[in-house]
Formats: sequence, structure tokens, C-alpha cells
Amino acid sequence: MSGPSIHVERLVFAYPDGRQALYGVDFTIQRGERVALLGPNGAGKTTLVLHLNGILGSVAGGSGSGRIQIGGSDLHREHLPEVRRKVGLVFQDPDDQLFMPTVRDDVAFGPANLGLRGAELEDRVREALVQVGMQDHADIAPHHLSYGQRRRVAVATVLAMRPEVLVLDEPSSNLDPASRRELADILSGLDVTLLMITHDLPYALQLCERSLLMDAGRIVADGKTRDLLGDAELMAAHRLELPYGFDPLSVPGPER
Amino acid sequence: MSGSAGDGLLVAVDSRIHRLPAQVKVVALFVFVLAVVSTPAGVFWAFALYAALLATCVALAKLPVATVLRRLAVETPFIVFALVLPFVATGPQVEVLGLSLSESGILGSWNILAKGTLGVVAAIVLSASTAPRELLAGLERLRLPSTLVAILSFMVRYLSVVSDDLHRMRIARESRGYAGGRAGHLKAVAGGAGALFVRSFERGERVHLAMQSRGYTGRMPQLAASGAARNQWLEGLTISLLAVLIAVTARVAGL
Repeated sequence: MSGPSIHVERLVFAYPDGRQALYGVDFTIQRGERVALLGPNGAGKTTLVLHLNGILGSVAGGSGSGRIQIGGSDLHREHLPEVRRKVGLVFQDPDDQLFMPTVRDDVAFGPANLGLRGAELEDRVREALVQVGMQDHADIAPHHLSYGQRRRVAVATVLAMRPEVLVLDEPSSNLDPASRRELADILSGLDVTLLMITHDLPYALQLCERSLLMDAGRIVADGKTRDLLGDAELMAAHRLELPYGFDPLSVPGPER
Repeated sequence: MSGSAGDGLLVAVDSRIHRLPAQVKVVALFVFVLAVVSTPAGVFWAFALYAALLATCVALAKLPVATVLRRLAVETPFIVFALVLPFVATGPQVEVLGLSLSESGILGSWNILAKGTLGVVAAIVLSASTAPRELLAGLERLRLPSTLVAILSFMVRYLSVVSDDLHRMRIARESRGYAGGRAGHLKAVAGGAGALFVRSFERGERVHLAMQSRGYTGRMPQLAASGAARNQWLEGLTISLLAVLIAVTARVAGL
């Protein structure tokens, strides 16, 4: 397959209650890129992300216009199962993502929907759990795990579908520093295209070379994460603030 | 944070009964309760035998007797009703300790107490020897509609999430100096229930989105559960079949 991982053109969307969330979004993410999606609350970041696997938007029977291509092919109703395999979405609250009685069942849910059964399914589950270091917790109920562990299992549930694009909604929120770092280690070791919504700007700088800045339903800036974070004027104009004492020019990033 | 501590009502020990497939235990419980319920109240020896069978079960399942007794508390409302019965039922009266009690009321009361207790203990053995997930898988094997199994499995999964929500709301209420009496408390709980419903509803929508994102199309994948072997069925149903035998004998003897 050819073409960029994600290509979005003139995407417009309004919720059924009339609230306009996206006012024409354009961007392209190449294969293997790691991109952070930054922006204040209510900018439309989550809405945008829910379009990428056809949960919202005209494909899902909603209103809206524009064009989305995943891996070079247009998003169509007929391809939805395929697109949902290719684009793995990790939701913000792991309690929303983990809904089966045990970790094993939950990780198996996606691949089972893809038609995998028996030993093949077992292997897939094991592989995904090993990727996030949770293989020893397969038989535990999700609500018996710590928050950081739940977040990692949530990532595994998506990895089990072998996605080409991994989309995370605020992966570092509510994590203690050690869990946050462990998750960064896991994410930086994955061989996928990564799109990550985050308010955690140092995290964006650590993991993503490129950033998209979104505000009021539009992409207002697109460039190297370091350049965006270093642009005090741009940051202030869109309600973004660096943590106290953090200088984006003085820390190492993922650039090679 | 590890192990399955606090996993529903499960008492985590290894025993013959714990190892039986859940579907066998469900059927065994059902048959046993049917046998007990169909036994005439007046055949006291049959109930003694049932109790002995159940005691064997509890011993086989290695359940602590204290736990079983504590869980019997769910029966309390029925006990209260059963104790009232001799005073309110009509019919021939007998004098007991200076009280005038209805004869049919005493028998009815015994009927409720004996059958209720036996049923509850049998259910306790099932719930204490089967993890909620196995129980769900067992029900699925028994061809319970998959939607119903899915609803039950969501309940198992989200009960703790919702009760945590409720707990947080109560703490938030009390932190802001709320100290209503019992009635005031009820009022606050009613208001909280509304908020909790909306929260849970919204969570339901988010969970549905998460399911769709992973390719859910309206059919839950089977929870992997292997079928029960013939000898497992025989082993599991032994006690229930004995109970059926007793029930039939009691019926015949009563004729």
C-alpha cells in the first residue's frame, strides 16, 4: 500500500445539536511519523481524532464534509472494519476502553472481531501484552489494576489489532511520573505512525518531532515541536503554557 | 493489586467443586432447588437429608463455615416474614408458651424457612466457588441470549466503577459540610442517583465508541469456555440427582 498514513482535506463537522466543531482541517501525516496534536480544551482535537476511524462524520451517517484518506485509500462505509483495524484509538479514560471481565478478554476483543480464533488469537493477545509489559496480568479484572497499568492495557487492546496508525487521547493524563515515563518507553519503542493528543508539552517534545496546533476547529500551526513550543507569541495566542522552568530549547528531543 | 482478591463473591481456594465447569454448577443448582421446592413441607426427614447433602457440598468446596453463615444474612427479610406467619394465618390454633398460633401458619413458616435456607446455601456454594467471569462463560454455554450475557458482563465490569463514582460523590457532599439527617440523606442520595445515572449513561456512550473503534458490529465474541466432559456433568449433578431421588421418594411416601 502507498500514500501517507493520514491525509485530511477540508474536514468540516458540526454536532447534531448544531455546535460546529471543525471548520476545515487539512493535514498530512507520513508513514512512521510521530505527531503531537496540541491545543486548548474545546479546540476540537478529540472530535478530529474520532473522524479518523469513521466514528464521527459523514461515513458514520453524521453531518460534515471533507475528505479523509487512511494509507492512501478514501474512508468509505464499506471499508470501515478495515479502517478501524488500521487506525487504533486509545481513549482517555481506560475505564471506557476496558469493558470485558478480564484483561485477556479485553485484549482479545479487537482481534476476535477481526475473525481471529483459537491459538492465533492467544498468540496475538500475548504479543500485545508483552509489548506493554503486562503479560503477567492477563487473568486479572481491569478494575483490580492500577491506573497506570490500566492505561498500558488500553494501549495493548489496540496494539492487538496490529494498527498502522496509533492514535492516543491524552496518554499521560492522570499518570504518576514513573507510569508516565514507562508509557513513553513503550510508545517510543513501537513501530507505528503515532498521533497523540496531549496537554503535556514536555511529553510532546520528548516523543514527537512534529506537532499540529489546533484551536477553534482549525489547524493553526504545523511544524517541529521544538519550534512551536519555543514560539512564545503563538503559544500565548492559543492558551498553551509550558510548565514552570521548562525551556524547550535546552532539552533533548527525538530529532535525529 | 495482583491476584483476583475481592473477585465478586468468590472464595479463592482450589477444590473439586471449584474446578467443575460453571455451566454444570448452574444446572446442578437449578435441579437441586427444583427438587427442594417440590418436596411437601411435612416430610421432615427429606429436608434433613437435603441439609446433609448441602453440608457435604460446603465441605467439598472447602468453604469456611463462618463465611457461609454470614452470607445467609441475605435471607433475613424472608425470615421476618416467616416468623410473622404463625400469628397472622387463620385456621385451627395451637397454644405454644401461652401464645395462640395458627397450625397452618407454623407449617407455612417452616416451609419458607427450610426451603429458603436450603436454596440460599446452594446459591452461596455456587457463587463462592465460581468466579463471575466463569459464571458468564457458563451461562453463554447454556445458550443464554448473548445480549443478556453481554449486559451481565458489563454489570460485573462496571459495578465497581459506578460504586466508586457514588463514593466520590458522597465524599464531595460531606466535604462541603453536608450533614442532613436520615431523611435529608435520602434526598441527597436521590439527587445523586440522577447525576449518577447521567454519568453512567455518558460512560455507556463512550464505551460504545471504544467498542466500535475495535471493530464491534453488534456481536460479542465468545468468552472462551470449553465444553464440559460427560464425567464432569455426572460428578456435578450427583448431589442434585440424589436430591431429586429424595424428592420423588418423599412424594411417593406421602401418598
